[in-house]
Amino acid sequence: MIEIKNLHKSYHMGANSLHVLKGINFKVSEGEMVSIMGSSGSGKSTLLNILGILDEADEGTYNLDGTLIKNLNEKVAARYRNKFLGFIFQSFNLINYKSALENVAMPLYYQGVKRNIRVEKAMHYLEKVGLADWASHLPNELSGGQKQRVAIARALASDPKVLLADEPTGALDTKTSYEVMELIQGINDEGKTILIVTHEDDIAHMTKRIVNLKDGIIIDDSVVTQVRAKREAYV
Amino acid sequence: MFNIERWQEIFEAIRKNKLRTFLTGLSVASGIFILVILLAIGQGMSNGIAKEFENDATNRISVWTNVTSVEYKGLNPGRIIEMDNRDYEMAVNKNSDKLELKSGVYSRWGQLTSYKKESGSYRVEGVRGDYQFLENETLVIGRYINENDLNSFEKNAVIGNQVYLDLFKGKDAIGEYVEIAGIKFKVVGVYTDPGGEREETRIFIPLTTAQRVYNAGDKLRSLAFTLEKHDNYEGALAASEAFSAELTADLKAKHTIAPADERAVNVNNTLENTKRFYDLNNMIRWFFWGVGICTIIAGIVGVSNIMLIIVKERTKEIGVRKAIGAQPWSIIGMILHESIFVTAIAGFVGLIFSLLLLQLVGPFIETDYIRNPSVDFSVAITTVIILVVAGAVAGFFPAYRAANIKPIEALRDE
Repeated sequence: MIEIKNLHKSYHMGANSLHVLKGINFKVSEGEMVSIMGSSGSGKSTLLNILGILDEADEGTYNLDGTLIKNLNEKVAARYRNKFLGFIFQSFNLINYKSALENVAMPLYYQGVKRNIRVEKAMHYLEKVGLADWASHLPNELSGGQKQRVAIARALASDPKVLLADEPTGALDTKTSYEVMELIQGINDEGKTILIVTHEDDIAHMTKRIVNLKDGIIIDDSVVTQVRAKREAYV
Repeated sequence: MFNIERWQEIFEAIRKNKLRTFLTGLSVASGIFILVILLAIGQGMSNGIAKEFENDATNRISVWTNVTSVEYKGLNPGRIIEMDNRDYEMAVNKNSDKLELKSGVYSRWGQLTSYKKESGSYRVEGVRGDYQFLENETLVIGRYINENDLNSFEKNAVIGNQVYLDLFKGKDAIGEYVEIAGIKFKVVGVYTDPGGEREETRIFIPLTTAQRVYNAGDKLRSLAFTLEKHDNYEGALAASEAFSAELTADLKAKHTIAPADERAVNVNNTLENTKRFYDLNNMIRWFFWGVGICTIIAGIVGVSNIMLIIVKERTKEIGVRKAIGAQPWSIIGMILHESIFVTAIAGFVGLIFSLLLLQLVGPFIETDYIRNPSVDFSVAITTVIILVVAGAVAGFFPAYRAANIKPIEALRDE
């Protein structure tokens, strides 16, 4: 599903150049649930941005579902993001003047789906995350956990190949975090490939594989026994 | 354009920022308001100038004399030059094939005129029958001065509509006698003049009668002519200039006036003035358009500025939209749409307010130089087009900027 080879990325700030990724080789197959860990500055967010076609690597190749991602113009990049990827952000990034339903329907709007089908599909995904009753509410009327569920529904709406989550529980308390992770695990159980960037150990162990990044290189990549969030939540 | 979602987004954005949108709109609305008012004033000035020209026949040539200003052949400057019937006859005989209308005039200012208990002071002019058309006058009732009046020194008078209203107060005037400077004249006609009140406070009597009543002998105060019609304006202008020059030269020769004397003989060629005024008119019009457009540009810059701020504020939202698959053109469309919508609505408000003001106040503005300021339909349409273009221009740069925002940077923007 995802295959990257010898990925390099530097940031230039004036005369200084910061080499963030120093040759990453990494492969994710369909249906995997991978967490990317590392301290701040390890390059994990940069890696996720490159995987999310939000940023481009200086060197190396990136294959997403058999498509080479290289030198894309903004138009094609937007289409690939819409087709292949679903994003979940730490700060939810819902559009605050749109209702939960409209937020979920937005990726479909950019796919050119007709309005009534859009609403129907969006409603389906809201039901899936257990927020059907909140469809007409604005984001500021929802709790943090609910907002993240809406964001997950939005990420799923375009039926992407890969879900990319950047610290999805970073702004949530432990209980809510586990509820959100339970939802994400459920989605993974249905076969969706999921990548999560996190620095929390317990969250990382709720995935099936942990990739550890340090100073721009992978220092450890191991399969772990998945801890089910549901059980954990009631401890 | 007809996308409900897009409209919803615009209304949401406007609802969230009422004050900002209002201020933006105000700058555009006032720009359009000023443009329309300026154009209307320009139109009013044209109307006023056109009105001035309706006073007299458009191709009228008037000649009057003054004191000499240059010494000539041993004669001192300061001599009073007076024309007489022989000057008139000379001009008429020499140009009999070219002249259409002709009249000598002997006039007196401020003649006390009374009818029963009503009285007023009016200008009295002794004229020939042609003078009606030289002054562009229309008879309301009765007849004008005719040949018979001139030949038999009839004491008949044609009075202006204003004189009629002053003295007769709406009663029947034809056949009644008015007393002018102590002599009774029979009213034979009432005229109206497009020049309005000022031109209608005059009384016309036969030229011969006037010369006799005022003991003027055969003196004339002025001459008035029009030339035969020409096919085109240039031809008419050339002919009337040639005629004016020749007549001036003849009069100077006859009255022993230095050819270089600019004051002694005056010729007013209406056709020449018409051209000058039309040129002036055009200049006024261009000036007003220029100022108006500059005002709108100020408005556009205002809208552009506000839209840039909106883009800045919505950077994160734009980033999110791009991350979930928004194409650059859809972002451009969103910003442009909002900009055009705000300018168009605000512009229409300005347009409506200015048109209302013109409707309410315009008809009451009747000075000598501005008359009935108004704008016509084509100007209104032009401003609407300007508005839409202005909205698009105002929105383009912010939209372009928005489309170029990298989602990664936008998402980092807190």
